[in-house]
Amino acid sequence: MNNYKHMETTKNLKESKQHCFSRHRIPSGCAIFGIVNESGKTFNGSMVLDGISMMHERSNGLGGGFAAYGIYPQFKKDWAFHIFYDGSISKSQTEDVLKENFKIIFYEEIPTKNKSFVKDPPNMYRYFLKLKNNFVDSGANKKKIDTDSRIDKDIIKEKEEDFIVDLVMKVNSNIKGAYIISSGKNMGIFKGIGYPEDIGQFYKIDDYSAYLWTSHGRFPTNSVGWWGGAHPFGLLNWSVVHNGEISSYGANKRFVDGFGYECTLSTDTEVVTYLFDLLVRKQKIDLSIIHLILASPLWEEIKKMPEDKREILKAFRILYSGALMNGPFSIIAANSDFMYALNDRIKLRPMVAAKKGNFLFVSSEEAAIRKVCSSPDILWHPRGGEPVIGVVNKQNIKNK
Amino acid sequence: MALKLAQSEFEIERDSQKCISCQVCVRQCSNDVHEYDSDEDIIYSDNDKCVGCHRCENLCPTGAIKIKEKEAEFKKNYNWTSSHLRNIYKQADSGGIILTGMGCDKPYPVYWDHILFNAAQVTNPSIDPLREPMEIKTFIGRKPDKLNMEISKDKNGNTKIKLKTKIPPQLELSTPIMFSAMSYGSISFNACMSLAAAASKFGTFYNTGEGGLHEDLYGFVNNTIVQVASGRFGVDKNYLNKAAAVEIKIGQGAKPGIGGHLPGEKVTRDVSRTRMIPKGTDALSPAPHHDIYSIEDLSQLIYALKEATDYKKPVGVKISAVHNVAPIASGIVRAGADFITIDGFRGGTGAAPLVIRDNVGIPIELALASVDRRLREEGIRHKVSIIVAGSIRSSSDVIKAIALGADAAYIGTAALVAMGCHLCQKCYTGKCNWGIATQDPYLTKRLNPEIGTRRLLNLLHSWSLEIKEMLGGAGINAIESLRGSREHLRGIDLSEKELAILGIKHAGEAW
Repeated sequence: MNNYKHMETTKNLKESKQHCFSRHRIPSGCAIFGIVNESGKTFNGSMVLDGISMMHERSNGLGGGFAAYGIYPQFKKDWAFHIFYDGSISKSQTEDVLKENFKIIFYEEIPTKNKSFVKDPPNMYRYFLKLKNNFVDSGANKKKIDTDSRIDKDIIKEKEEDFIVDLVMKVNSNIKGAYIISSGKNMGIFKGIGYPEDIGQFYKIDDYSAYLWTSHGRFPTNSVGWWGGAHPFGLLNWSVVHNGEISSYGANKRFVDGFGYECTLSTDTEVVTYLFDLLVRKQKIDLSIIHLILASPLWEEIKKMPEDKREILKAFRILYSGALMNGPFSIIAANSDFMYALNDRIKLRPMVAAKKGNFLFVSSEEAAIRKVCSSPDILWHPRGGEPVIGVVNKQNIKNK
Repeated sequence: MALKLAQSEFEIERDSQKCISCQVCVRQCSNDVHEYDSDEDIIYSDNDKCVGCHRCENLCPTGAIKIKEKEAEFKKNYNWTSSHLRNIYKQADSGGIILTGMGCDKPYPVYWDHILFNAAQVTNPSIDPLREPMEIKTFIGRKPDKLNMEISKDKNGNTKIKLKTKIPPQLELSTPIMFSAMSYGSISFNACMSLAAAASKFGTFYNTGEGGLHEDLYGFVNNTIVQVASGRFGVDKNYLNKAAAVEIKIGQGAKPGIGGHLPGEKVTRDVSRTRMIPKGTDALSPAPHHDIYSIEDLSQLIYALKEATDYKKPVGVKISAVHNVAPIASGIVRAGADFITIDGFRGGTGAAPLVIRDNVGIPIELALASVDRRLREEGIRHKVSIIVAGSIRSSSDVIKAIALGADAAYIGTAALVAMGCHLCQKCYTGKCNWGIATQDPYLTKRLNPEIGTRRLLNLLHSWSLEIKEMLGGAGINAIESLRGSREHLRGIDLSEKELAILGIKHAGEAW
């Protein structure tokens, strides 16, 4: 990738805040809250803000954030990057990389309220980008691609996504003081140091309308904060919020590492995101069975299943043993098509779900759901390892 | 030869007040240490013949005997130690290579003892294995990169999954511990029987070593790993198919680079039948396999064995931990092996030249760490299972090995100790007083296979329990979530270089 040659020089300079926090795993307790409208209808951010605020106790002011899907309909085909900068050097270095690879359709400072709301925010910008056409033609990929065929379209899409993943990882680890916090399409992540309700107000979350919102309040066990280290964690259209500590971190990291994902942040959320990306986007494993890999049933449950099912689960555990997530966690992973919530298999962290019409809610605590939806149609406590999936009807979004 | 320069290593203390001249010690000692003088009704002991196996001491009904290490009888010298002097005297006497048994006993660093395991506190609840399921089931075999499957919905809306990828054959272990290769010939039939029965009852595997497979053990086919070594003793199609897996033995930790020698005296009628060699002849394993002179030859043997077993059994390769072990292991994965066994330099043996045992090879901890890293860097670690061997002394060694990247561990010496071995290191004499490393019927009957089985089962059970306790303490309820998770290990009293090779942080460093 000769695109990055000039970055090699900055690589050695890379340490400072980003580096020093990225090398340490910091366990944290948390609040998570997510809402999706399965019909694809967008709604204002005040609802998610209201809900997460109810769980103030679960955060300690050291991190809060939101992911929102469907917020940039005017740029829905463009890559939307949210980027944090420590200073102007990192900004110009990053923009050089962007200009080299993309056509910048539009960019601006991310609008925020009065900075007195929060402490030491970095400079934050958003960019709407179109990839230059030549990226597939470079080097070994020179194979003739028929842009009309459906299969080749998938190939191009996957190549484009792989390219974005690669680029985001390289910018984040090579350019000192620059950090791409979200890199999807028609979605964005807003996060920082503070209670989620303060962060929400700072970013004027209620100015946005999305069909899917997730949010996070953080209670880390360290005292110093870095804005980029807040959650949700994002890559491509993925965003992940997570409460808990993945005690299988090392095994999971090894597993994704084997497929070329470099865990640079050393956070649980990062490795969870890569697991989803690998299994869902790359290996195309059906969403409805992912939980059988990520939070596989216990052997003693598998033993009691009918033979055909038993063999399949055994195969999962043999092959995907490195993808099994262990330790206490509740997570909400989202992309533009769905919201997916999962608890660890022996349910060591709280998670509640509810439905009301087309709305699906997932929360660390029931109180947050009741605040925004006092009488849901159903409300339940998903069992350990039992996923809650809200699929967005994309047809409705397209038709709009 | 009247000149006797070497002096005895042990001193036998007999309390004449307690001794009742019952002659148990006389009958128990195959080394003829004790002699009864009927005229005087007194038992004399010859210190020179004692090997320090403690059989007489253990069986003396009145506790009259004490075997003590003899104080150094040579003038103290840190360079010319008494073992050096003794060896030179012996060699000057005999002109031969000094033989020994069991693993290296020299004070090289034992890295297991410089590694500490983790536990969960507050942010991550520990799990109580007595209340919650704790999964230590382990699979050994080749793994494909991904599973292809077909997903459909039946009429009730239930998801139906159909696998399209065929999973290569796997060994299913109820605990990540197996019994290491020990041949019939080097150990007694009763010892083999105990290992086979215990493996079968516990749901794990034992390894025949290179001594063939005795007919009476055919019943344990589902828990047997047969070895194909350079001597090819007892190897035919039937042998290969009386096992769940096949292991090609290239090397052994105690004697990397050299072959084996079972003296003719140990080749009894039964051993000769099992090994398919004439009775009373020396069984010599050549140093190399005469059909393997490079990696592609190994690949051919792997596939020949897979052909012979219809691709239904995992075929692995055992190598000893030598300096270049990581690239060698990488080659073995590419040659098609389903598992790799790495035997560390402290691994046991029935007979090996002392100079080789004590000076050749590297510690298993370092070998494992570098093989695991190398295979990961090359993106092929997930394809094979790694089994470690070579002095796994406790459940904590097992769990540390798994966190360093092993899939399972082989235990050899620990299993023998469970059956009564006292590590006197004289296996090569065939005079094992504990009835383990001998073919003398007078001695072999001392090991009752039922008792041997029970003791081995107890060992597997207690180690498995301890592994579950440690896993639960770290907040993990499945062993696969620990595999290769070096974050759970910390080094203590190790140099930067050692930590770097092991891939672990020093104690006191947080995540």
